[in-house]
Amino acid sequence: MRDNLHRFFRAARGAGVHVSPAESIDAMRGVSKVGFEERSILRDTLLLTLAKSEDEKKALGACFDLFFSQPEPSQNGDSKEDNAANENQAAENQQAPGGGGQSQNLGPLAQMLLSQDQTEIAAAIANAASAAGLTDIRYFTQRGLFSSRVLQQMGIQRLNDDLDALTATNPALAERLTNATDGLREMVRDRVAQALLLYGREEAENLRNEILRNAPLARIEPRQIEQMRALIRQMARRLRERFSKPRKRQRRGHLDVRRTLRRNAAWGSVPFLTAWKRKHRSKPKIVALCDVSGSVARVSDFFLLLIHSLHEVVSDVRSFAFSGHLIEVSDILEAKSAEEAMRDIMSKVGFGSSDYGSSFADFEQQWMESVTPQTTVIVLGDARSNNLDPRADILRRIAERSKRVVWLNPEGRLTWGFGDSEMPRYQTFCNVVRQCATPQQLERAVSDIVATYH
Amino acid sequence: MPEPRPLDSIEAVESGLASQGYIASRQIATAVYLSEQIAKPILVEGPAGVGKTELAKAIAGWRGLKMIRLQCYEGLDEAKALYEWKYAKQLLYTQILKDKLGEVLGGAETLHAALGQLHDFGDVFFSKEFVEPRPLLQALEQPKGCVLLIDEIDKSDAEFESLLLEILSDFQVSIPELGTISAVVPPTVILTSNSERNLGDALKRRCLHLHIGFPEQKLEERIVESRVPGISQILRKQLVSFIHSIRTLDLKKQPSVSETIDWARVLVLLQASELGHEMVRDTLNVLLKYESDVEAALPHVTTFVANASRQNAFG
Repeated sequence: MRDNLHRFFRAARGAGVHVSPAESIDAMRGVSKVGFEERSILRDTLLLTLAKSEDEKKALGACFDLFFSQPEPSQNGDSKEDNAANENQAAENQQAPGGGGQSQNLGPLAQMLLSQDQTEIAAAIANAASAAGLTDIRYFTQRGLFSSRVLQQMGIQRLNDDLDALTATNPALAERLTNATDGLREMVRDRVAQALLLYGREEAENLRNEILRNAPLARIEPRQIEQMRALIRQMARRLRERFSKPRKRQRRGHLDVRRTLRRNAAWGSVPFLTAWKRKHRSKPKIVALCDVSGSVARVSDFFLLLIHSLHEVVSDVRSFAFSGHLIEVSDILEAKSAEEAMRDIMSKVGFGSSDYGSSFADFEQQWMESVTPQTTVIVLGDARSNNLDPRADILRRIAERSKRVVWLNPEGRLTWGFGDSEMPRYQTFCNVVRQCATPQQLERAVSDIVATYH
Repeated sequence: MPEPRPLDSIEAVESGLASQGYIASRQIATAVYLSEQIAKPILVEGPAGVGKTELAKAIAGWRGLKMIRLQCYEGLDEAKALYEWKYAKQLLYTQILKDKLGEVLGGAETLHAALGQLHDFGDVFFSKEFVEPRPLLQALEQPKGCVLLIDEIDKSDAEFESLLLEILSDFQVSIPELGTISAVVPPTVILTSNSERNLGDALKRRCLHLHIGFPEQKLEERIVESRVPGISQILRKQLVSFIHSIRTLDLKKQPSVSETIDWARVLVLLQASELGHEMVRDTLNVLLKYESDVEAALPHVTTFVANASRQNAFG
């Protein structure tokens, strides 16, 4: 049974539950106390010791049901009994006249199939599966490989030989055996598919995320958007964790003599309690200007999602969206869900042809005072202004007022300055200019922006 | 204090908790049983008012153990949770012992000898007599064990969590001046959390994780039965079924078990024998704590009440 538990832990990892060795030891100890007799108690025990959040409990519960719905590989003792049973059966077959006499020349697998003993077949599949290392399956492309391995373990070779022999001597029996073999193949295939579901989930997810992370944001397909959002949320969490902790550690500065003396006045100023000066650290203030025209829109979408989920790290974010003209969208993003917010923004300013000059002018007229020397201004756009006046002078004034200006461009560096791209003229006034087309580049860009404050 | 009652099976836990008026689901009983068997704290999560804190009280009551409660809040630190030096006492003693000190040092001829003698007494003021034990240290020092309830751990700072790790995994604390203090008898530790913030993995890893959600209808009826004994069977069934319908609505704060019990008490006080529209409307504020929730629920009251009484007629 311990093997079974180990296999279950692997399956649990596959289901996305983080099972550390310490937790698996706890689970073992727990199980040894409650025993295996009652499945619901076993389930509760594993859920209590392994899953550490509600989502994990749900995933693990499903995994448990899936895992214990399949027959367990029979233990050594059992298989001996099986062998004994086989021998008995063979003996019976010998005694029985007619068709029975035929089957004694057959291999064990063929005999098993003809006897139609479902539990025995299932147990044999389970044994072969563990011998073939089915728990190592990771990707769906391995299905064929593992199916054939399992079948080989069960002795498909001998079965085929038997089939060939039978077709010549006993066509009726051969047909029965062919049908049974097809059934067997199907069972094995199901079994492999189930194993893939159990053990392969995490790998598949990692692979998919890895691909997504490096995919150009502007060109992802609609069905991937949900996954992408999840990925962006993950990034936000990572950034939060990275940048919110060291702040606290480094905050303590020198001894604050005045406050220490005051605090210890009750003890004749013998300093029992110390007071420390705190270093004041400013959190980043961010003003984001996002182009939401055409191909840039999707990148802006994810960028805004990322920035706005960084509440703990960033003290103040104001977001603006523009294509032809510029509006503030902070409230929309705060109040609504990501999808609704983007739809709302798009219906207000989206899909126009972009005019950087007049958008900058809008910003200067109405919101210039929101830019302070603590502010990082981030502009996200391809700088293609349709040959209209780029008004780089406004960007210069923004740069003078702010701490930094960062320009994120979804286009590759090679295309900057060609066609109607005004990138080289804007570039002069930016502290940092970087390409930002994939989620990974996005994460690095935001991470660098936040890091400059630490 | 009598000897703590033993925990020998999950059923014993269930009936023991029931004797305290706490009707536990199988999962809760399993958690309590396991935590005792493999000596692990239980981290209880779930919405407010489903009986997380009650669980600790029930365990303490049933097993005849002392309950020590540590309420967490922002800014809770070592000095308030673990131990503190009794500064005033230390100062007082130094003043009183001043003369004595002179006597002791009087015999010394050189400064060096005096210092040597002083060193021998140096640790007197940082000894156990001057430690003020706070809840965590108290819990470790109980000779018969106890139930330690660390309430609303999610309200404390992340740093405080790290402070707990040593206690949770080894039932001991290290005080720099005194060394390591281990538990006389490992206490039963219950931590509760409303998931206000995500707890660290290190903390979670050291605990059994128990999630208490809203109970099923049958279980909730039993809970009401045990907590509000005067209630009639019909009313009890209708009331619980009504609350289950309310929970399907999109509310700011779902009514939880504690609200169910309060409401049942109110209805008993009003001498209701059955659920009526008027009465529900008048007492809805016991159940729902936000004006907007009450407004959202009002249009559904009639349907829910009708459903509840219909279900009762057939069930």
